[in-house]
Amino acid sequence: MPQKPYRILIAKPGLDGHDRGAKIIAKALRDGGFEVIYTGLRQTPEMIVEAALQEDVQAVGLSILSGAHMTLVLRIMGLLGKQGLEDVLIFIGGIIPEEDVPALLELGVRGVFGPGTPTDEVVAFIRKELATQEGV
Amino acid sequence: MSDLLAAALKGQRRAIARLISILENDEPGAREVMACLYPRTGQARVIGITGSPGSGKSTLVFQMAREYRRRDTTVGIVAVDPSSPFSGGALLGDRIRMQALSGDPGIFLRSMASRGSLGGLAQATSKVIKALDACGYQRILVETVGAGQTEVDVARMAHTTVVIQVPGLGDDIQALKAGILEIADVLAVNKADLAGAEQTLATLRAMLGLHSGFGSAPAWQPSLVKTIATSGEGIAELVDAVERHMAYLQESGQMQVRERARITRELEEILCAELFQRALAHIGEERYRQAIERLVTREVDPYEAVEELLRAFGL
Repeated sequence: MPQKPYRILIAKPGLDGHDRGAKIIAKALRDGGFEVIYTGLRQTPEMIVEAALQEDVQAVGLSILSGAHMTLVLRIMGLLGKQGLEDVLIFIGGIIPEEDVPALLELGVRGVFGPGTPTDEVVAFIRKELATQEGV
Repeated sequence: MSDLLAAALKGQRRAIARLISILENDEPGAREVMACLYPRTGQARVIGITGSPGSGKSTLVFQMAREYRRRDTTVGIVAVDPSSPFSGGALLGDRIRMQALSGDPGIFLRSMASRGSLGGLAQATSKVIKALDACGYQRILVETVGAGQTEVDVARMAHTTVVIQVPGLGDDIQALKAGILEIADVLAVNKADLAGAEQTLATLRAMLGLHSGFGSAPAWQPSLVKTIATSGEGIAELVDAVERHMAYLQESGQMQVRERARITRELEEILCAELFQRALAHIGEERYRQAIERLVTREVDPYEAVEELLRAFGL
């Protein structure tokens, strides 16, 4: 039987209204054989976690350009933990200063992808991470 | 598994979401889940919503869900979007229009990819409906992929089917064609603020009035409702029309007739799929491959090939 597609939520928390990056990643993942649930703009952390829960996704990609990534990610990770969703793979794209990356990884984020990252790289990273996770 | 089932039946959303995945992916334990859920199904009323891409299905479903919540009715939503025939991936975008439903425990929304099905739904949609039904959601709204003329599977699964039309798509001959308009229990003309809405309404009204004159008049005349989903106009009327249709099904005894027909079809489908799987296992890969080979070289015709395979099965 063929492998069932992974399900991934792509969400944009916060107030910035630029979702081109999120859409490009969503399309790349679709073309990579993933089932992508795209939530649209201006999501609160609560909305994102609720969507991840109802959709039973294996990964959540957050696109953040506003500079509020530390606050938003901290809140989202906390809510995910509260719902028993700590196994969900979290990755981030957008404008994230280099010096914040270690702190984000510390919070449990598994990948941070800045502007100019080839989409193939993101798709390959997620596929590998999810396959490893499943193998455990 | 029994913990998960108990939690889901108590309405725990994480558990419901997991059950749906188990059923959708046919994971180990799926049979056990279905055996537990099935006796608890049959309580919810299922409403199918279909229409062409961009006709406003998601927005209309969102507004209907809100209207049902105003009426203190809990709502499960299954929104289907197409899978890519090339990558098998999908972009499921129905949540975008339904963001404002988030945080209401009386609503459960699940997106589904069609995974190769062509009738407007996914193969596992009926299983997801059963899960939401058993977990206590009173109305289940099923949104199809953007449908053209023949994606009519939803009518077989829903108690009431809402077909959405929008102004500016074709003349009155389109309205006479067989297919999607025939399955409507309720017709919604959405985007009714656009030019041409009155003409669309008039065309549909005329189509509904054109009874062939043979036999008795149909007992249910599809209702025609004007909506503007983005503003919410006409939504209360639409939900009223849906509820009227359900009352009609109940009073006329059609509900039982439809349920029985649906269950019969479901049994046939599962039996066909299961028979095929078992026959294949019995025939064996090698003999099956040989049959294909003999077809490719035109040694036998397809009907003869089937006869041969079935004889091997003792049939």
